[in-house]
Amino acid sequence: MLAVSIRQDVSAHARADQLPDFRNLGVLARMLVGANLLAGAAALAAAPTIAQALERFIASAMVLEPLLMACLIVLYLATAPLRRLPYRAGCAAVLAVVLALSALEHAALERVTGEPPAPLWRMLALAALGAALLLGYFRLFTRAYSPALAEARLQALQARIRPHFLFNSLNAVLSLIRKDPRRAERALEDLSDLFRTLMGDARRFVRLADEIALLERYAEIEQLRLGDRLRITWELDSAPSDALLPPLVLQPLLENAVYHGVEPGTGTADVLVHIERRGDRVFARIENPYADPAPQREGGRGGNKMALENIRERLALFFDAEARMEAMQRGSRYSVELELPYRHAT
Amino acid sequence: MLKLFIVDDEAPARERIKELLGDIAAELPTEVVGEARHGHEALERFPASGAELLLLDIQMPGMDGLELARHLVGLESPPAFVFVTAHDRHALDAFELNALDYLLKPVRAERLAAALRKAAGAPRDRIAESLRKAAGRPREYLSIVERNRISLVPVRDIVFLRAEQKYVTLRTREREYLIEDPLVALEREFADRFVRIHRNCLVARSAIRGFERGTGGEDAAWMVLLDGVEERLPVSRRQWPALREIAAEQGGS
Repeated sequence: MLAVSIRQDVSAHARADQLPDFRNLGVLARMLVGANLLAGAAALAAAPTIAQALERFIASAMVLEPLLMACLIVLYLATAPLRRLPYRAGCAAVLAVVLALSALEHAALERVTGEPPAPLWRMLALAALGAALLLGYFRLFTRAYSPALAEARLQALQARIRPHFLFNSLNAVLSLIRKDPRRAERALEDLSDLFRTLMGDARRFVRLADEIALLERYAEIEQLRLGDRLRITWELDSAPSDALLPPLVLQPLLENAVYHGVEPGTGTADVLVHIERRGDRVFARIENPYADPAPQREGGRGGNKMALENIRERLALFFDAEARMEAMQRGSRYSVELELPYRHAT
Repeated sequence: MLKLFIVDDEAPARERIKELLGDIAAELPTEVVGEARHGHEALERFPASGAELLLLDIQMPGMDGLELARHLVGLESPPAFVFVTAHDRHALDAFELNALDYLLKPVRAERLAAALRKAAGAPRDRIAESLRKAAGRPREYLSIVERNRISLVPVRDIVFLRAEQKYVTLRTREREYLIEDPLVALEREFADRFVRIHRNCLVARSAIRGFERGTGGEDAAWMVLLDGVEERLPVSRRQWPALREIAAEQGGS
């Protein structure tokens, strides 16, 4: 059956912990506000009255603000190399930067004023504590927000069904109910599976076998409507059925092939679906006759580019630069080729 | 008994309509006298069928339902039309269908009966204009009606159109035809494709090969040289300024 999805998704795959981007204005502002809030809280905890707490806060600010500025500048400049480090090493490096700058400030204050505002160990401990708290906050923050963003984009990008296809399919099913109720039942089951996937979770990888099953169900419905105008050749013998891919990557391509290559013609149109494994890559090609789009008709049959862009973006969200998709027209044939890294269910 | 002709590229859709016609036969007796899978087939089969009303799918391969209807209204006794479409409302906004009778797929029996009754009884005089508005774009063919036969000439094959007394002569590379469409309406519909060179003549922009002076010295009119047609056509003084740009683009001659 369809939709036996594997518990592996984009958020787990692409979103390992990472240091925040210290060149981001929002990150800088959060660091400033966060550090000052910590200082304010410390002052409130230590002093018995508000006035005294304020006084304390101002006194500590004179030490804190120069240190904070120095930290922001160094982190701002070093953000690229820092973010390339593994997360833990990156955190250690940030901590080292903060401690070194604190020690530097302590030495400078001692030289200028003669007497330091606090013993060195205390300054270092407070600085380390503040830095650790902020790093922890950023980690939670990115964890909470970026997968949501990726998810929102994925859901928005998920292929949409064409109303024209839906209504024509329902009409075809209606025509079967009296004459061939069993075939009508099967067609409604196929439609249900298609819609289950369309409304399903866009983040989960699916097995290639499931996506192929979906292709066959979709083809079954189109065959019902188009009869012998649609002839599909399936070349799936060396398709790796355990390969993982994002849902609804192949079905929209087949739908495009039917919509642009079969429906505009009156004769029989040959569509090819070819999927195979090539070493550590999965390769797919969907081919259809190329119907010369008369310029006046473009409005009526547009949307091919959009569907392809949509798939391309989703592939990028799942595989980054490892996936490739190419559309080409050779003579009277139009084809879309797709190459993905071969990942399989474990 | 109302005689019907069904045009739809999907066999199940035609079957469905026939089932529904059977369901409403008691209150509205009809007979399906012909069917076609696309526009060209319909043009071939319709005139001999004796049908009074067409049930037409809008989105079909080759020629869509609206253009098909625009050719059929040229017949001596034009039929009535009921359009059927699987478009959603949003896509329908692109067409001005309000003046026409149309049904949304999947069709309901009672709506079908109502639409058939309304269309069969409606006056046919404004139908050509309503169809032109609904299509919202130029036709791909012009139709020539001879007795009860319709033949089509692809608009892209036309070299020039010239008004002559009652008719307009349509010239392709191979031959010429007489059509009844007024030249002004043709000019408006195909403004992108044809340019007026004279009060009575439109020429396909893509067929213009160049210009030359007619015989008779300085005062003689410019003539248009055409691709694939020997005849040279005179340019009127009034149209020359507009045509000079085309001449300049082609390097003139």
